Amino acid sequence: MARPVQYNLTNKFVEAPIALANPPEGYTGEGFFATKLNDVVGLARKNSIWPLPFATSCCGIEFMALMASHYDLARFGSERVSFSPRQCDLLMVMGTIAKKMAPIVKQVYLQMAEPRWVLAMGACASSGGIFDSYAVLQGIDQIIPVDVYVPGCPPRPEAVLDGFIKVQDLVGKESLRRRNSDRYKELMNSYGIQ
Amino acid sequence: MALTNEIIRQHVTEKFGEEIYDWSELYAMLTFTSHKDLNLKVLQFLFDDPILQFRFLTDLCAVHYPEKKNEELAVVYHLHNLVDNIRIRYKVFTDVNNPGVFSATALYASANWMERETYDFYGVNFIGHPNLVRILNADEMDYFPMRKEYPLEEQTRVDKDDEMFGRD
Repeated sequence: MARPVQYNLTNKFVEAPIALANPPEGYTGEGFFATKLNDVVGLARKNSIWPLPFATSCCGIEFMALMASHYDLARFGSERVSFSPRQCDLLMVMGTIAKKMAPIVKQVYLQMAEPRWVLAMGACASSGGIFDSYAVLQGIDQIIPVDVYVPGCPPRPEAVLDGFIKVQDLVGKESLRRRNSDRYKELMNSYGIQ
Repeated sequence: MALTNEIIRQHVTEKFGEEIYDWSELYAMLTFTSHKDLNLKVLQFLFDDPILQFRFLTDLCAVHYPEKKNEELAVVYHLHNLVDNIRIRYKVFTDVNNPGVFSATALYASANWMERETYDFYGVNFIGHPNLVRILNADEMDYFPMRKEYPLEEQTRVDKDDEMFGRD
């Protein structure tokens, strides 16, 4: 006996076919809406983050699950996974970074245009993990500044989603002047980046 | 007549006599040692001899024995006779302060990368190697990490509290 087809028969009621982002705080009147430029830019940026996956090991496999339909990172405006650093906003470092790989991670980071963010996924990228040895970099924050760390070995896709939402939060709230501030320049200088 | 460990031993002893020593058979694999200056002569003989025909270098590696004075580093050659399907192990020992051993690259092309790896991790100086530079580790590394004189854990790490690992 054939298995009854049940999924496509019922028409599901679609409440909102297009997801709308919550508007920032502002002043609404008839026919106009006034808010801060900072908030608008933040809203646009945080909902269109282009990730650059730098996957070197098992965390990269979890990332594949994250990008696929089940966890679906595209819901957060990041379906455009880019492999060209110039167009990307978020560097996602996933997996063990050997010391020989470190200059390459740094080069990729330098090739990204400002504003740029970095997410370290998993124990290895965050701290070297179990690879406490002469060949492995003990956390990518030794070579580039990191915004969000996702713990786990490897983290579940939900954990990465949580980290990604934290990145969105940072992106949305970031001041437009932050990247020109002395504090940011000092941070960059501490990594030897001009 | 198939080649056996006894025939190999007899053949090598006929040629080199007392210069080959420390004969043993671990897991049915014939193992012997010679002085490091003889290594190319022994390998050439094992390669050329019509009965022995050890023409494939399976593996080349080093071992560090810190307790053996003046012969701390062992260089181990694993040779394979593809005709009779027999393997042997041949060792030479060298001083860790003067780790010069003649390179086998002229005889076995496969020795090239394996000698580079052995140099990379143990610092064995293969005399006559065409390009003896690091192969796996970062080029700027200034020590030989597999020698037992170095601590196992990465020393740049500052967040590891010895107390939490039950160490003094």
